[in-house]
Amino acid sequence: MSSDPKAMNPESRNPTGSDAVVRPASANAPREWRGIEEFKNQPEFLAAREGEFKDSDLPNAPGRLLSSGVNAIPNSEQTARPRPWEAWLRHADLREQLSETQNFVQLAPTGSAKPPKEGKDGIDRRDLLKIMAATAATAGLSACTILPDEHIVPYVRQPEDIIPGKPLFYATSMTQQGVATGLLVESHMGRPTKIEGNPEHPGSLGGTDVFLQASVLGVYDPARSQTVLYNGNISSWEQFVAQMRDQKAGLAQSGAGLYLLTETISSPSFSAQIQKLMKQFPKAKWHQYEPCHRDSAFEGARLAFGKPVNTVYRFDQANVIVSLDSDFLVSGPGHVRHARDFSSRRSIDGTKQNLNRLYTAETMPTSTGAMADHRLRMRASEVEAFARGLAAAIGIALPGGTGSQSAVPHETVQAIARDLTRNRGASLVIAGEQQPPIVHALAHAMNEALQNVGKTLYYTQPLETNPVNQTESLRDLVNDLNAGKVTLLVILSGNPVYNAPVDFNFASALMKAPLRVYSGLYRNETAELCNWHIPAAHYLESWGDAPAYDGTIGIQQPLIAPLYGGHSDYEVIATLTGDDGVSTHDIVKGYWQAQGVSKGQNFEDFWQVTLHDGVLANTALPQAAAPLQRDFLQQPPAASHVQANEFEMTFRADPTIFDGRWANNFWLQEIPKPITRITWDNAVMMSPATAGKNNLNHGDYVTLRYGGREVSGGVFLAIGHADNAITVHLGYGRQRMYTPYIQVGPGGDMGKDAELGPVYGFNAYALRTSTAPWIADGPVQIANTGKKYTFATVQYQYLIDNKGVESDDESVNAFRRELVQVATLDEFRRDPNFAQVPETTEHKSLSLYQNYNYGTGYAWGLSVDLNKCVGCNACVVACVSENNIATVGKDEVDRGRAMHWIRIDTYFHGGLETPEMYFEPLPCMQCENAPCEYVCPVGATTHSSEGLNDMTYNRCVGTRYCSNNCPYKVRRFNFFLFSDYTTPSLYGVRNPNVTVRSRGVMEKCTYCVQRINAAKIRSAEEDRTIRDLEIQTACQQACPAGAIMFGNINDKKSHIARWKAQPRNYTLLADLNTRPRTTYLARVRNPNPEIAG
Amino acid sequence: MAQVFHRSSNLISKLSIVAIVILIGVLTYGLYQVEESAWYSNIGLTRQQPVPFSHRHHVGELGIDCRYCHTSVEKSAFAGLPPTETCMSCHSQIWTNAEMLEPVRASYRDNVSISWLRVNELPQFVYFDHSIHVRMGVGCTTCHGPIASMPLTYRFGTEYMSWCIDCHRQPAKNLRPRSEVFNPYYQQPSAVHPVTYNGVSYTDQLTMGRQLMKDYKVASLQDCDTCHR
Amino acid sequence: MDSEGSQTTVAERQDPLVKPGYTMGTVTDKISSIVLTRGTTKGWMGGFAIAFALFLLLNIAMGYLFFRGVGIWGINIPIAWAFAITNFVWWIGIGHAGTLISAFLLLMHQKWRTSINRFAEAMTIFAVACAGMFPLLHMGRPWLFYYLLPYPNVMWLWPQFRSPLVWDVFAVSTYMTVSILFWYVGLLPDLATLRDKAKKKVSQITYGFLSMGWRGSASHWKRYEVASLLLAGVATPLVVSVHTVVSFDFSIGLTPGWHSTIFPPYFVAGAIYSGFAMVLTLAIPLRKYYGLDGMITIRHLDIMGKVMLATGVIVAYGYIMETFMAFYSGNPFDRYMMMNRMFGPYLYVYWTLIACNIAIPQLLWFRSVRRNPWGLFAVSIVVNVGMWLERFVIIAVSLHREFEPSYWHMYYPTRWDWAVLFGSFGLFFVLFYLFIRFLPMISIVEMRALVHKTGKKEQAA
Repeated sequence: MSSDPKAMNPESRNPTGSDAVVRPASANAPREWRGIEEFKNQPEFLAAREGEFKDSDLPNAPGRLLSSGVNAIPNSEQTARPRPWEAWLRHADLREQLSETQNFVQLAPTGSAKPPKEGKDGIDRRDLLKIMAATAATAGLSACTILPDEHIVPYVRQPEDIIPGKPLFYATSMTQQGVATGLLVESHMGRPTKIEGNPEHPGSLGGTDVFLQASVLGVYDPARSQTVLYNGNISSWEQFVAQMRDQKAGLAQSGAGLYLLTETISSPSFSAQIQKLMKQFPKAKWHQYEPCHRDSAFEGARLAFGKPVNTVYRFDQANVIVSLDSDFLVSGPGHVRHARDFSSRRSIDGTKQNLNRLYTAETMPTSTGAMADHRLRMRASEVEAFARGLAAAIGIALPGGTGSQSAVPHETVQAIARDLTRNRGASLVIAGEQQPPIVHALAHAMNEALQNVGKTLYYTQPLETNPVNQTESLRDLVNDLNAGKVTLLVILSGNPVYNAPVDFNFASALMKAPLRVYSGLYRNETAELCNWHIPAAHYLESWGDAPAYDGTIGIQQPLIAPLYGGHSDYEVIATLTGDDGVSTHDIVKGYWQAQGVSKGQNFEDFWQVTLHDGVLANTALPQAAAPLQRDFLQQPPAASHVQANEFEMTFRADPTIFDGRWANNFWLQEIPKPITRITWDNAVMMSPATAGKNNLNHGDYVTLRYGGREVSGGVFLAIGHADNAITVHLGYGRQRMYTPYIQVGPGGDMGKDAELGPVYGFNAYALRTSTAPWIADGPVQIANTGKKYTFATVQYQYLIDNKGVESDDESVNAFRRELVQVATLDEFRRDPNFAQVPETTEHKSLSLYQNYNYGTGYAWGLSVDLNKCVGCNACVVACVSENNIATVGKDEVDRGRAMHWIRIDTYFHGGLETPEMYFEPLPCMQCENAPCEYVCPVGATTHSSEGLNDMTYNRCVGTRYCSNNCPYKVRRFNFFLFSDYTTPSLYGVRNPNVTVRSRGVMEKCTYCVQRINAAKIRSAEEDRTIRDLEIQTACQQACPAGAIMFGNINDKKSHIARWKAQPRNYTLLADLNTRPRTTYLARVRNPNPEIAG
Repeated sequence: MAQVFHRSSNLISKLSIVAIVILIGVLTYGLYQVEESAWYSNIGLTRQQPVPFSHRHHVGELGIDCRYCHTSVEKSAFAGLPPTETCMSCHSQIWTNAEMLEPVRASYRDNVSISWLRVNELPQFVYFDHSIHVRMGVGCTTCHGPIASMPLTYRFGTEYMSWCIDCHRQPAKNLRPRSEVFNPYYQQPSAVHPVTYNGVSYTDQLTMGRQLMKDYKVASLQDCDTCHR
Repeated sequence: MDSEGSQTTVAERQDPLVKPGYTMGTVTDKISSIVLTRGTTKGWMGGFAIAFALFLLLNIAMGYLFFRGVGIWGINIPIAWAFAITNFVWWIGIGHAGTLISAFLLLMHQKWRTSINRFAEAMTIFAVACAGMFPLLHMGRPWLFYYLLPYPNVMWLWPQFRSPLVWDVFAVSTYMTVSILFWYVGLLPDLATLRDKAKKKVSQITYGFLSMGWRGSASHWKRYEVASLLLAGVATPLVVSVHTVVSFDFSIGLTPGWHSTIFPPYFVAGAIYSGFAMVLTLAIPLRKYYGLDGMITIRHLDIMGKVMLATGVIVAYGYIMETFMAFYSGNPFDRYMMMNRMFGPYLYVYWTLIACNIAIPQLLWFRSVRRNPWGLFAVSIVVNVGMWLERFVIIAVSLHREFEPSYWHMYYPTRWDWAVLFGSFGLFFVLFYLFIRFLPMISIVEMRALVHKTGKKEQAA
């Protein structure tokens, strides 16, 4: 394997860190990294900046390019490849910006701006590649095609710790809504390529979620801002610093007129810096806003305790959990840890079990709802009534009245209450972000009444250093803007122009500030309207710190110098506090040194250990007493704003692009959303029955009218959705989308639905007001435009007619075919072997071909515990990231050509109203008796001595026979050149140990064979066999719930062997006698016997 | 009416039938031979390098160990190419102003890497790992040839799949004691040059090879995923 | 079989295989004149133009295909095979009639084959040419097609002989070779005739070159007879073997609707069925346009009609057994497959195919239909369509809903799918038009022999 330092020169500025494979003792922990600034003016650095992605680097490009023809290209067209910023300019010519800017100011509800399509030259280049790939490949008669003159470029001075060709792992952490999750990031020759959870971080314990996994793509995103812009013209950081200095001079001594708008800030060191600024300018104002804020939790706590608190849940302690519209398994603070804790109470070893029970009240079906033993379907506004009913039932006096709740039968509520009271101190009530403060307060009250505080949950002081009601905070800012009080507004990340409450008219208010500075990763809607746009540094590019859900401080350590010259928020603030030039690293390190966290021991050593572990030892927040103040119980039930037969609208953060901040991450865009399995879109979600009643149908393009505003989107019939309610997901309908870097279908027709407004969904923010951020406070009118909207779903799931008649073919057949094995706890107790399909031993010798003998060597196997899988998709993104899986775009997904190697099948059982939902992650089965192997005419897919179905891409000629003959349909085909061979920056994110597949090649899950081989080599060099759990597949490592197990089934003591020995163990389509190495542990539900149905 | 063709042409028509058959055979065989040929597989090919580095001088005459420059050969898939620093560690003392070495000094001075042309290269879809081969007793010269006598480095083997498979099918043919792996002058055991390993003196490669396979736990790996991922 | 007189059937006495009045000379002139003197007619030109246009369409489609990849078709996972393979199986099937007529019937001494075997055989070759194209086109990386051939290489790799696709390579190439040889050997004497009758120097040289020095000497005739018989002997098993191997592509697979032991016989029958349909589709306009009704008589059509009827009934039996087994087996997957065929999203295709292949051909029971050229022509077209649909149903409709419900999908052909299908017709007809223009579409030699025999018979009567 050749390495080319110059290709990725940042590595010479690479933070030296610990190799996490063998985590060294803290004694020989690494030196921490010299600050970026040191390099700023070095020729090495500048040369690197210039020389980034030199064409000559490409033969050694990190991702292996399959066809040598393609390798030949870079040399063949030295100049044609655009530098990243050229690529950017192609999509941002100033005229377009101008017109769009006007759009914003006039607030056109949803402009029909198409996403920028590829420039013509882009297409030419890509097609040229294909031709040359073909011609070059035909050149030689052998697979070893004629190789191009390949350059190999050594270092000038080789940094220590870097062994060319060996990855290093660094501990860092990523912050979501002010809550950090600890990570270990794999770095190849200085390029971060893969994100893993940090087992030593309480917020992760090794698990991750989709956002953490996909965040690494953001570093290389060619659409990221790459230069400082002043009024749209290319400027420089120095000029910015200069103008900030003038501004400071211009500001009144008090700093009145200086306004700061940030997202949720919980970083101690950063807020210390802000405090410093505030000291300098006492009249300066600091506002915080994020669209998916946690105001109701904040206000709820204030109702209940008179002060904001941070609630730390301990799901592993709870026997009975009631979720009031909370999707705690995949969203909110600590959700990764929550999934781990929750699933730990879903594990069954043999027949020993200690299952918890989960009740969920929700509108839109979510992952949490799918895990629920009782899913109570109701409108979001009915949850309060339900909560009151439950509270009353467990004996909380509600002078305010319980209100009348109709969603859930009275006896059910009673049963739940009994279940809770039976489990005093071992139960848990949790309220969702979408619910009003009162529901949160009631939840606190119930937990207090059930004596859960201190057992299944405890309170600490808030994680945010300056907790505020963000909606109000932004309101104040807007008022001051309109009052003309603001002279200098500094916005640090976020995108308020796009996602501020619509009634704030933020865009026009913003324009009233004379000088507007925006620092962010993308040149988004907000950046468009600001004078200064500073490209921000990605979290993998800068230092920082943030608390985990329990307050434990995680250090954010950069893995690479800012690829596009971004600047951290620290640096931006520093320009105002006057200590610019101080490196971010020094600020962070200095802060903690000042805190005296090292407790007397030598701080340098302490800091080494901290960087190595990724967490500041024992900084978890102590439990804080929070006496309940009962006066909020006086409050009367909120009156419903929406009649029973009208539509009630609920806003939710999108499961894969959240509030829109991930809109440009095409890994996340292409991940099928849980339950609905939509990609690339949001939709008007409603229940089939409701649709039928209003004679709407799946895919109807409708207009939503609410509060005098309207947007249009496609109707999606969501099984299990509450009736007379619709759910819309935020984050879509971006005026600006930057995903032109993916292969698209014939004619590049990504914008198939272009005439139906923005290609990617609709902008739900256009309906979202500050008074009703989550639940619309009035009915929504729905008008059918008569047009049709195409959703790209990876699973049809059900062919519903809008009469709501159950015709969910796929699910019905799935159960008929015993693909999903389920039992209730009672059934399981009666017959633990319920999942066993009649064994087919006597058939096993019937094959015409001789059986393989796996002897005593390794025999790899994988098992999935359906009881634990929460369907969060983390494994899917992890697989994409680990295996260089291509993104194909909406149209190709719609054509049935999605490339994910592992998919999460979702099946429903029991009608369309309140069905049980089942997730079934499906990687390659690696059959011992594989149908794919014997039909391949060229032997491109063959059986390995360890029982894998090897896929040899360079031998594949693409007859697709193997896929036809695969009963599990786990094989994926490159119908076009799906892998992006042309965008240089994307080479950076590729895993150098996995071939990048070219056009016309079949591919599939390999059990991460590159990891297997690495481990085999390592063990052989150490004269030992591979240890149990030494190899983790990407999906297994990413899984927050620990639902996937991999290992050597020949080793009877291994975990995998024990999993497969479980009575719940079963194989899919066993009667085909394919003998898969991937098996499943059947799902066991734990419904409350007192509740019928 | 006169005949269009002279009767002699009948012979041609008959021969042409035979010719076609023969032609096909010859073509297939010929192409294979061409591909095997040094001309096509670049065996013995030297490249125009920025600095005419001589392994003969450094390895052969000065006896510098392979690992002095190729540092990661025992640790990583990539054998490692010496950074300019390594060159300068000596050449800041000796030959300090040799014209030939100017590129090296320039690189060190201006912080610009020397860009060499690869002599040995495998296709991008082949995952070769130096460390494990070295560990298992495959000598440097087994694949890279008589490096100690190469004034300019050239390619020794075809580096075709057949070339790899040949050894993978029967590793015993090429294994040598670990102590000998980096010995550029190593010769396979023969009656003339017996090789001593574990105190035993071998005169036959296969017997020793089999012994080494046992001792080093060398397997004959022929799964596709061994090299292609 | 020398005493035909005694064995002549009623039909024969009613209408001989050659209209009375044809002498050896007139037969020769009649047939050769089409090639030599008649020249290029407007009708031929028109037809050729259309065919050539389609042929160009094929080239465009192929060009874009190689340029972009197979993604330009409607295929996806799970429906990874659709039009391309359907066309392949269909064209191969077409070919079979030719071989059957020329080889099998030769061995059976069926005299009625004489007037149709030449162009039927030509049809075979062109059909196989079209068929052979598709396995190449449907590959993801067609430029690596040679991986399927066992050739010496530096990877030390063979193709995988367990795979039916490799068997296909051998089956089809063998079939192609034998067909061409057989056809060409049969052509030799006629080429010589043309050489001798030709006026223009060019044609003399060309035909002379092609006739490879045929002088009609006794030894030539002797070897000619032996060679034809031998080749016939080799070709006859191919009629059965080739489509059997093709059917293995599917019956080897697990997919419900593929995994069936009945496929080989049922494919062969289907092949001959569609083949004869195509022969008729070609023969009827030809005899009309070139006034060959004296040689391709109503009786020929009648017989071919009967063959179609017979094979058609076998095919019908195949369908019935398939359906029966699906339910009788009790295999839920097979059951679902069959229900899905009949009442799933593609039910129209299925019922159309039943109509085309089973219902409508029953008309052939009526003598009047069999002996009415245009009626027969209509039926033959219908059968051609039906047989194509059959292959589509077997391939695409079986694939679209397989074992894993989560991976059910729909298949919608794109314009490029259609372009390749119709383009292949272009290729076929271009070749066929050239054939009827430059080569004798009816075997002069054998017609002479036939005239000779029937002549003797008339004298005997």
